Amino acid sequence: MGNGFFTDTTLCIGCKACEVACKQWNQLPADGYEFTGNSYDNTVALGATTWRHVAFVEQAAPLDAPPTDTKWLMMSDVCKHCTNAGCMEACPTGAIIRNEFDDVFIQPDVCNGCGYCVPSCPFGVVDLITPNDYDAPRGFVLDGRTNDDATQKSGGVAGKCTLCYDRQKLALVPACAKACPTDSIQFGDVDELHERAKKRVEALQARGVGSYLYGVDEENTIGDLNAFFLLTERPEAYNLPARPVLPSTRQPAGYGAAAITAAALTLAGFAIFRTRA
Amino acid sequence: MPGLGTSFGRGGATTFVQDLVNSDCILIEGSNFAECHPVAFRFVMEAKERGATIIHVDPRYTRTSAVADLYAPIRSGTDIVFLGALINWMLTNERYFKEYVLAFTNASYLVGEDFQDTEDLDGLFSGWNEGRGAAEPGHDRGTMGFMGGDQSTKAPGNYDHSSWKFEMEDVPRYDGVGTVKIPKRDETLQHPRCVINVLRRHFARYTPQMVEDVCGTPADMVEKIAGLLADNSGRERTTAFAYAVGWTQHTVGVQYIRTAAILQTLLGNMGRPGGGIMALRGHANIQGATDIPTLYDLLPGYLPMPSALRDEQTLSEYLSSATKPGWWSNAPKYIVSLLKAYYGDAATPENNFCYDYLPQIAGDYSALSTQIAMKDGNVKGYFCIGMNPAASGMNSELARAGLEQLEWMVVVDYYETETASFWKREGADSSKIGTELFYLPTATVLEKEGTMVNTNRLLQWHDKAVHPANDARSDLWIIHELGLRIKQLYAESADPKDRPIRDLTWDYPHEDEHERRAGEPSARKVLQEINGYRVEPGKPGYDCEQVTMFTDLADDGSTACGAWIYSGVYPDKYTNRARNRKKDDWTSLEWGFAWPANRRMLYNRASADPDGKPWSERKKYMYWDEAAQRWAGPDVVDFPATKSPHERAKPGAHGIDAHAGSDPFLMQGDGRAHLFVDGALKDGPMPAHYEPLESVVRNAVYTQQNNPTLRQWDRDDNKYNGTDNPDFPYVLTTYRLTEASGIMTRYVPWLAELQPELFVEIDPELAVLKSIKNGDWATIWTRVGEIEARALVSGRMRPLRLGKGRKVHQIGIPYNFGTMGFSRGDSVGQIIPLAMDPNVSIHEAKTITCNIRLGRRSSYTPGTVDFAVPAHQRTTYGESIVHGADGGPRPPEV
Repeated sequence: MGNGFFTDTTLCIGCKACEVACKQWNQLPADGYEFTGNSYDNTVALGATTWRHVAFVEQAAPLDAPPTDTKWLMMSDVCKHCTNAGCMEACPTGAIIRNEFDDVFIQPDVCNGCGYCVPSCPFGVVDLITPNDYDAPRGFVLDGRTNDDATQKSGGVAGKCTLCYDRQKLALVPACAKACPTDSIQFGDVDELHERAKKRVEALQARGVGSYLYGVDEENTIGDLNAFFLLTERPEAYNLPARPVLPSTRQPAGYGAAAITAAALTLAGFAIFRTRA
Repeated sequence: MPGLGTSFGRGGATTFVQDLVNSDCILIEGSNFAECHPVAFRFVMEAKERGATIIHVDPRYTRTSAVADLYAPIRSGTDIVFLGALINWMLTNERYFKEYVLAFTNASYLVGEDFQDTEDLDGLFSGWNEGRGAAEPGHDRGTMGFMGGDQSTKAPGNYDHSSWKFEMEDVPRYDGVGTVKIPKRDETLQHPRCVINVLRRHFARYTPQMVEDVCGTPADMVEKIAGLLADNSGRERTTAFAYAVGWTQHTVGVQYIRTAAILQTLLGNMGRPGGGIMALRGHANIQGATDIPTLYDLLPGYLPMPSALRDEQTLSEYLSSATKPGWWSNAPKYIVSLLKAYYGDAATPENNFCYDYLPQIAGDYSALSTQIAMKDGNVKGYFCIGMNPAASGMNSELARAGLEQLEWMVVVDYYETETASFWKREGADSSKIGTELFYLPTATVLEKEGTMVNTNRLLQWHDKAVHPANDARSDLWIIHELGLRIKQLYAESADPKDRPIRDLTWDYPHEDEHERRAGEPSARKVLQEINGYRVEPGKPGYDCEQVTMFTDLADDGSTACGAWIYSGVYPDKYTNRARNRKKDDWTSLEWGFAWPANRRMLYNRASADPDGKPWSERKKYMYWDEAAQRWAGPDVVDFPATKSPHERAKPGAHGIDAHAGSDPFLMQGDGRAHLFVDGALKDGPMPAHYEPLESVVRNAVYTQQNNPTLRQWDRDDNKYNGTDNPDFPYVLTTYRLTEASGIMTRYVPWLAELQPELFVEIDPELAVLKSIKNGDWATIWTRVGEIEARALVSGRMRPLRLGKGRKVHQIGIPYNFGTMGFSRGDSVGQIIPLAMDPNVSIHEAKTITCNIRLGRRSSYTPGTVDFAVPAHQRTTYGESIVHGADGGPRPPEV
């Protein structure tokens, strides 16, 4: 199997080094300078120009409970690089491909910005880069790095995590995993990561820490996630869908409903015209 | 720094962060380790994975608390009560490491009969002189006023240390000639005046219940933590402490660290793997900035700056006060070698190696005092390098007003800081500001070569990766060029008073021709000079033979050395050990160079028992190899390498020869860790709890409210809220964030978007009380000023319950915002008055009192609002003021 991420939320300290490393390597602009009041999270969600995002979930103990009951969960979210990727299915131009590392990759020079992939992602990861996104002040522009920036900068294409395709081609670890100081983000062969992650869950269970893997061996239409997570709370706590569904699996029912509706309308039409006639 | 220095001998962190993985328990207090040192925190996480218990004690539940096993809340400014209770618990339950304490500390020494404790004198030690709290004893303002600095700071009095001494006895000198005095001991620890029993009495009232009443930390939690520390200390296990500026920035800050030092010594954790006290440094090179100091009262390598207040007119007078028993018996070698490095061939034995060229201090020239002096028009010019007082200074509006009084100012930085732009700040009238401003853009770290010294005391060389952009130059270039031009101005002078400038060695030609042509000096040659060399008259230092270690240095002028503690980093012309990059899984001695002598863990002789055997197999580190007759282990031993542990003490012998083979703290006069410090600190031989200068409660431990020796400026532009002031009922604490550390991060869009605006963290109950909703604007004010911030209402903040049913709300505001850069907000320093600790002139930024209301602050012109007048009596808001329930003005209706 290919390469992916194992994000272990029990090791995350919420430093956001992954977010910054991602933006720097991929030369993505800042999204704006607005205070959200949403704990320490001011970038809110994954988006066209935020490809790693650290979620902060405060579970404060009530004032009459001991302070030790307070929890503050942190999770670095990213494109899941699904086995059955909704975005890829929806893409009419073939811009979204599964590359040689088995990762879901958007080719910016092929993408025509139709945006079908955006609602097709079960996790809400993909978004369209607009030209305005690049009006925001950027950091240091590195000399001689194009990275298909020309297409991206002009906007009108879909953007999401590339799993640092360019770095992988150079046998480098993706920027976020490289920057993570506590090894909360681990990069590698997905099979190996699965093995490591399962052992980790066992070790945590033995210590009395309830945990499970999200995106591994689950019975759903998405299949395994190349970027999977170790969580300690229910998926909804992290704003992840408990049962992600591949949008295309809803199509037969949709088409069926449409066919039935069409048939019903046709019959109704006949009935009406016959009556008139 | 003196907290650790007086206890163990050196001011640096006693261990290295990688060693934290060996800890069985880590107590983090006074530090937000995960947020402020995320990279070093990986070793804490690894320790946790290996089974260590992580405890975090903090006023706020932070990202560190989130991953800790146990979080304990505490009222900011009360850590001595908390730690004191742990000391008391260890002593009463006999859980301290008796063999370690008896062999390696001064626990058995008898304190003199005249000593009286805070328990006897209700918060004061013996020797108190009321009303003698001038800036420095013996200081004559009349003749020394010209030397600048501010001398107006006041302390209520000062201590005469003579009663804080040990009882001495005569013993025969080691060579049989006469006798010498050494402290009297009681090895049975029974004598009521022996140090450990003095400690017992001193801390007897510091109980878990007292902690609950004063700190707001539940008593059962204190007992639980005490049990965890005791269970994880001793022969088989070790506990490490980690602190940062959460402990230092208080008017009793040095004593916080002393309390931790006493506790760690009693538990026997010093100098042992997984033990020690990790003093976390906030900036990449802050350790380097104290080693080769930017501090006014030190010379490189912690040599004291000559002082006019101590009769140090001549070199021999200076040497008699700088030379001390223990390792500091070598001080003459270090100062003479330093003078040789400064003045080269001009420094000769005949002219006392140009000792007279050194300036002498005659008062307090610390940053805060200078700020006040500036405001009062007593400072003409100001070099501001790598510092930003207009945003990160305390009482920063006073600092900005001070800048207006200057004739000229040079700001050396790579961004336009608030200090550089003070003249265009809100409310300033630039037409009335006469300060001539020079802004010199500098290179960033990637654009220059040199070393950084991190929290491990580790020197790491970095190369220049790219040329600086545009006109920017390295700091080294700027300082070097300045020196060249000043020297040029005095080149023809025959006036003897200009000799210090003319004789200064200033020759560091770069090895690379292009750099040399650009005028860039060689950082390598600077490091070579810092390492030291054997002087050859007429030859530049870089062509001479390097010394291999500070033990090569001499006091006869045959060696030169820029900072003795770094000696060994450049042992020959071709070996820069700071460049070493070979790592292993453990001490990594081949990675960089750690001062002193590439030692990673200080006092590591203590990792073996008095006989030189490891305390346990599990905690084996340095040990005496009987066969080889020398110390062995994974580190460089912090002890003479071949001195047997069985060697007896030689009373009266020179330097560390006087120490026994079982005395591990070789910088100390007696080679031991000091539980009781006989006279080096200005505020007491043992820590006592005093409330911060601004506090919401009276001191519940003693009648004495504040540190009696703290220094303050009670003046109209620096008014204090005082104690239990109903106008200012809330505790305010300050901190940095991972994403935002100051001007360097505010200009980086990727960091600025992560924390884009100043916010204030408040607990939900206070939010309801003040009708503040999450995301609202809130105004926070003190008698010094007011600021506005976005409210972050979070259950992570909790009101504390103190004794007598008193409830205290704590407010948190990050410490790193300003008007420049992409993220913006008021600087919290604007509402923090200046007050200083007596030992190191550190400000009290971690605890003040304040008030808070809903809404934005009034737009004001600095100088027009008299913040000395309580807010509710002020009329500068223009409209008629409706008084709120707490006396503060209500926000304008929106």
